[in-house]
Amino acid sequence: MKQPGLLDGFKTVLRRDLRVALRRRSDTFSTLIFFVMVVSLFPLGVGPEPQLLRSMAPGVLWVAAMLASMLSLPRLFADDHSDGTLEQMLLSTHSLSWLVIGKTLAHWLSAGLPLVLLSPVLALQFDLSASATGVLLLSLLLGTPILSLIGAMGAALTVGLRGSSVLLSLLVLPLTIPVLIFGAGAVEAHNAGLGVAGHFSLLGAFLIVTLIAAPWTAAAALRISME
Amino acid sequence: MNQGMQLERLACVRGGRLLFSAVSAQLEPGFLLRVQGPNGAGKTSLLRMLSGLLSPTEGQVLWQGEKLSADRGKFGRSLVYLGHAAALKDELSPIENLLDACALGGLPTAADAALAALKAAGLRGHERTPVLRLSQGQRRRSALARLVLSQNAALWVLDEPFNALDTAATAWLTGLIEAHLQRAGMVVLTSHQDVVLSAAQQQVLAL
Repeated sequence: MKQPGLLDGFKTVLRRDLRVALRRRSDTFSTLIFFVMVVSLFPLGVGPEPQLLRSMAPGVLWVAAMLASMLSLPRLFADDHSDGTLEQMLLSTHSLSWLVIGKTLAHWLSAGLPLVLLSPVLALQFDLSASATGVLLLSLLLGTPILSLIGAMGAALTVGLRGSSVLLSLLVLPLTIPVLIFGAGAVEAHNAGLGVAGHFSLLGAFLIVTLIAAPWTAAAALRISME
Repeated sequence: MNQGMQLERLACVRGGRLLFSAVSAQLEPGFLLRVQGPNGAGKTSLLRMLSGLLSPTEGQVLWQGEKLSADRGKFGRSLVYLGHAAALKDELSPIENLLDACALGGLPTAADAALAALKAAGLRGHERTPVLRLSQGQRRRSALARLVLSQNAALWVLDEPFNALDTAATAWLTGLIEAHLQRAGMVVLTSHQDVVLSAAQQQVLAL
């Protein structure tokens, strides 16, 4: 028999969740369509004034990405809770924090990364310059994993509760405000001709802190929620 | 050293209601513990306590003389818990579910061993069908196939394992449980059906 390694549980959960996401592609598509819809409503609503659109583009894209990633969050642990696989994860011989990291990474790959990749196309609607679009893409690339990680904490705390999706958004969205400020701020700073290194450093720091704290917190929250 | 499990004066309060109190029992290798009681008596809660999913309101569970949660890794490898829900992902096939469940339980298994286990469970020809398209009984068989691969796990905790099973599968599961007891394994189960287990060392715990 093979001796189980430290990362085996992480890999098992990541592979399983990616497989499930691949076979239930409608979830990813509905997230993407929601993102496209919300972003497209703004140019229609405020009118085709290029200067105005350009200045609001980063904020609109960032807020829409945040709301879209909230959509699939309630199901992060709720599905596992209802089919019983969450209990098996708690009983696993592997560290629950690593399993949570696996689940969160799978969530980001299936719900966060597609948004990031689609954002340059949507930026066209707002007449963003190529370099500003590049900054937007990078800021989303650094920022959306933070949303998934903070979201995992909220999802773990609310698993098994009734009406948890609204509660989850109320819990998670305030915590993601710094990410929004520095993510959208990076593009605004670039448009204003300022450096963006500071914004990216802060986003990177947020990512590292949440990567260390969130899986551990979510694992503890899951143990409490499952009692 | 004590090889079995002791339940010492366990009490359980759920939602402000006392489900049971002062439940004590002793489980030795080769013993079957059958938990009986009406709906809502706390059978599932007791099984979750034995597995370490739920901490007792009062009392303690000892495994080989030590309190649970002291060494989750070691206890985790000795335990197979099959709960009320089958712990299957609807989108995945029985073989994928089984391999994942074994890997999470700390017993990575080769694909051909898993296929043989599914065949023993009577799921031949359905190994790669998404669980979504299986019947309730087939789902239950798919979950129980893990027991075939878990012969080295000392303690099986089974919550209503006979639910939705037909007579052939009931006989198969009875055989698995009896073989496990003969290997000096331990089984805790709840069941509403009167399943005849010929195991001599059988105790009934009424809640």
